[in-house]
Amino acid sequence: MSENEVKNLEDIFEARIARDEKIEPKDWMPEKYRKTHIRQISQHAHSEIVGMLPEGNWITRAPSLRRKAALLAKVQDEAGHGLYLYSACETLGISREELYDQLHTGKAKYSSIFNYPTLTWADMGAIGWLVDGAAIINQVPLCNTSYGPYARAMVRVCKEESFHQRQGFESLLKLCKGTPAQKEMAQDALNRWWWPSLMMFGPTDDESTHTEQSMKWKLKRKTNDELRQQFVDQTVPQAEILGINIPDPDLKWNAERKHYDFGEINWDEFWQVVKGHGPCNKKRIKDRVGAWERGAWVRDAALAYSDKKELGEQTESKIAS
Amino acid sequence: MKKTWPLWEVFVRSKNGLEHRHFGSLRAADAEMALENARDVYTRRMEGVSIWVVESKNITASNPENNGELFEPAQDKVYRHPTFYKLPDELKHM
Repeated sequence: MSENEVKNLEDIFEARIARDEKIEPKDWMPEKYRKTHIRQISQHAHSEIVGMLPEGNWITRAPSLRRKAALLAKVQDEAGHGLYLYSACETLGISREELYDQLHTGKAKYSSIFNYPTLTWADMGAIGWLVDGAAIINQVPLCNTSYGPYARAMVRVCKEESFHQRQGFESLLKLCKGTPAQKEMAQDALNRWWWPSLMMFGPTDDESTHTEQSMKWKLKRKTNDELRQQFVDQTVPQAEILGINIPDPDLKWNAERKHYDFGEINWDEFWQVVKGHGPCNKKRIKDRVGAWERGAWVRDAALAYSDKKELGEQTESKIAS
Repeated sequence: MKKTWPLWEVFVRSKNGLEHRHFGSLRAADAEMALENARDVYTRRMEGVSIWVVESKNITASNPENNGELFEPAQDKVYRHPTFYKLPDELKHM
């Protein structure tokens, strides 16, 4: 294909997206579109998979059967979300093996929030409330993104995500209405998860490199800073209901902007964690790779069993004929 | 190359009376496991009463490049639609 022909195809492609048409796997797409989508969808899938680890830690220590059932269901959902997203990503011509390999070797990123430790039971509530709350704000616009398989996966993810946030808030509310020690535990969880949650929306708009292109492809409908503001505005009144304090002395209502002003995010910390130096980066990947390697014999045995069955069926049909 | 679990397409009937609809895909070693995985991945909240799985390699798909010859001929056959035919207003319900 000549350069001119490609340019022509690209113009037709961009026009289709501008008209809100969806792009499906076998449609022609620019290489950059394919690569950007593989990067974003796989990061998203990896985040779901790694996101199970900090919570898995608490399943056996949930304080009641009710909480345990909810946490198990949430973690199972996250495995499911990872699988929807890996499948969507595979439609772009990358194999599942390659995707896992990129996660396991550290070549691919996942959401930095999961590199923080879950120290107390209250962290399960705080993750549901704040981390899933932030994720919902990030994810809802993706239900309308231009790539069909990603948009369809996101519709399913968003439908299921709402329970994650509600169970987290309920669990924190219970602690906040409990003994002073329980309320203190909830406050401590908020203190530790607040800032990392704000970082989930990514660098500020002037530092964000992909925003313009992503907006055009509808991978993004609002900028990082707009989404972060939406999260703060939505979360402050929720903290008031819980009766615990957001750890930001600069947080105050700005009547003129009709938004909350909030303090400076520690971007050094953000970049440190992104670059692999967060409190749990090494542990998360070690646990993930360990689980994958320990499962190898199960995967092999399942394949061997399937081959054996197929062979058996062939022999049977031969005997029958 | 190491052999990997094949890809399967999952179709779910959400309730009797409706058709099976494509829900997504998954990887599984064989058909039985594909069914079990489909149940866990796609019907955790009563989304279905029946599941079909078919190995993706068995699906033949049309190519968007051929969309012209496949689908455009239908565009100039408006006479296949009821509204093409002009009938008197007195004639109700036809």
